[in-house]
Amino acid sequence: MLFYSIKRTLLMIPILLGITVLSFGVMHLAPGGPAEAQMEFSAKASAEARERLRKLYGADQPVYKQYLTWLGKFVTLDFGEAFADGRKVKDKILERLPITLTINFLSLGLVLLIAIPIGILSAMHQNSLLDRFTTVFVFVGYSTPHFWLALLLIYLLGVQWGMLPISGKESLDTSGFTAWQWFLDRGEHLVLPVLVSAVGGLAGFSRYMRNSMLEVMRQDYIRTARAKGLSERAVVYKHALRNALMPVITILGLSLPGIIGGSVIMETVFGIDGMGRLMYQAVFSRDYNVAMGVLVPAAALTMLGNFLADIGYALADPRVRLR
Amino acid sequence: MMRNSSSFTAQTLHILARNRLAVIGGLLVLCVFIAAVFAPLIAPVDPSRINIKDILTGPSMRHPLGTDELGRDVLSRMIYGSRVSLEVGFVAVGIATFIGVLLGAIAGYYGGYADSAIMRSVDIMLSVPTIFLVLAVIAILEPSILNIMIVIGLTSWMEPARLIRAEFISLKEREFVVAARAIGASDGRIIFRHLLPNGLAPILVSATMGVGGAILVESALSFLGLGVQPPTPSWGSLLSSGKDNIEIAWWLSAFPGLAILVTVLGYNLLGEGIRDALDPRERE
Repeated sequence: MLFYSIKRTLLMIPILLGITVLSFGVMHLAPGGPAEAQMEFSAKASAEARERLRKLYGADQPVYKQYLTWLGKFVTLDFGEAFADGRKVKDKILERLPITLTINFLSLGLVLLIAIPIGILSAMHQNSLLDRFTTVFVFVGYSTPHFWLALLLIYLLGVQWGMLPISGKESLDTSGFTAWQWFLDRGEHLVLPVLVSAVGGLAGFSRYMRNSMLEVMRQDYIRTARAKGLSERAVVYKHALRNALMPVITILGLSLPGIIGGSVIMETVFGIDGMGRLMYQAVFSRDYNVAMGVLVPAAALTMLGNFLADIGYALADPRVRLR
Repeated sequence: MMRNSSSFTAQTLHILARNRLAVIGGLLVLCVFIAAVFAPLIAPVDPSRINIKDILTGPSMRHPLGTDELGRDVLSRMIYGSRVSLEVGFVAVGIATFIGVLLGAIAGYYGGYADSAIMRSVDIMLSVPTIFLVLAVIAILEPSILNIMIVIGLTSWMEPARLIRAEFISLKEREFVVAARAIGASDGRIIFRHLLPNGLAPILVSATMGVGGAILVESALSFLGLGVQPPTPSWGSLLSSGKDNIEIAWWLSAFPGLAILVTVLGYNLLGEGIRDALDPRERE
């Protein structure tokens, strides 16, 4: 087990380096740098001023040198400053992070709370009405463009029935609000983003849970548990469920990049200034430090999630370690 | 299994035809196909004809699905928009499958360092959010249909690569491969004549569902204004003007999204049906 853990830990290093190289490379492939992006609208800017800016950003150096400089700072958790306003990237991220985390945690919580029981039930009652309904829901949920669902809900709940606010994370003027009013206001604004973000995950996770449960119920140890006279309840919830949850947990780790991708579109539709929009704007204004500051930690977290899932697997299943 | 492959295909099709959901999926896919191919014959009016008098009118006899902010017929634009979706779907999946099969085959057949290097690249690609790569590349290349296809293709080859690798690893120890090697067949011949035809089944499933996935990505990009550029009609860009007019023109959002949903649903149902049909446990 120790050997396996060490091997897996060491494997993360080249992957992490690869992530930084890939991100850095893609960002720097573009002909225009941040200096050009900033000067685009002022044709009068002299070549000299342009050169000065390039030097300031370090863009006069060869790309590999820029990369090494960036990497050197990054390993000390120094993300540098944003080109756009000179503020620390860390501050910009910390300012945007809470709203994105709130939305995604709430929707993930909602997903797990609903998807796991549904998955278990439809596996237990295969081909029942519930199971068929779930199957249809899963396919439709998978195939729905989420921004379209968002538009429909905005139209129905926001415009037509006027029940919910349609954009932003809070009302324009929250100055006179008490803490409770503020909380309600924030909650109202988050209902739609959280619901819409949850739909895709709901479809995916209930499907995984169902299939994983069906797989486990076919195993010999379930037959053994039944044969020794355990109640169906104990068989399902004690013996089957624990094993069936394992693969579902793995999916959690892998779904992180999708969450970030989803945030870009959700935040655009709902006009919320979170991490997704930050990254989107950074990529387009070639604000390398900001883009890398959002991206590399996110990718590293995904990798870490996979790592923990693998270790968890190895702990639970000795066969994995021998491979 | 390989000795009479025609009966294998026939058997697969037979199982597929008995699967109601798969048949529905196939029909949906077929309908969109027909709409795309025969768009000029089906569309009631020219999709780019601007009509100032009919700006943002709701569904009516003249315009069954209403008009957009330039008075263009939404139904006609949607019918032409199906062309973009299909083109992007098929070309992107073609690129992804080609890269994935090539890399997966090398990794699975040769193993060793090639395998490690390729599989670590897969890990890296899976850790970086696809949308970032897509955005960054679009920022460089300028949005267009061709670039969208390439970008989606370049960011979705990981699943086919993993599938082919797994197939190759299990197939290459089988007797017919060992026999081929024993009579002196070259690596290339073993890979292309013996392993690939036997390992393609799971790719068929992932490619079918991949078309649906690519259509979704294209629509999201066009929705953000990064995909197909006006005046070419696409479902995503229709939705984008739907968003701008959400408070006055629901039809501009509702119908194009429904078209995406139905099309992607078709590919997913068909893919799932093929998966079931190819599953040996489903065969008698």
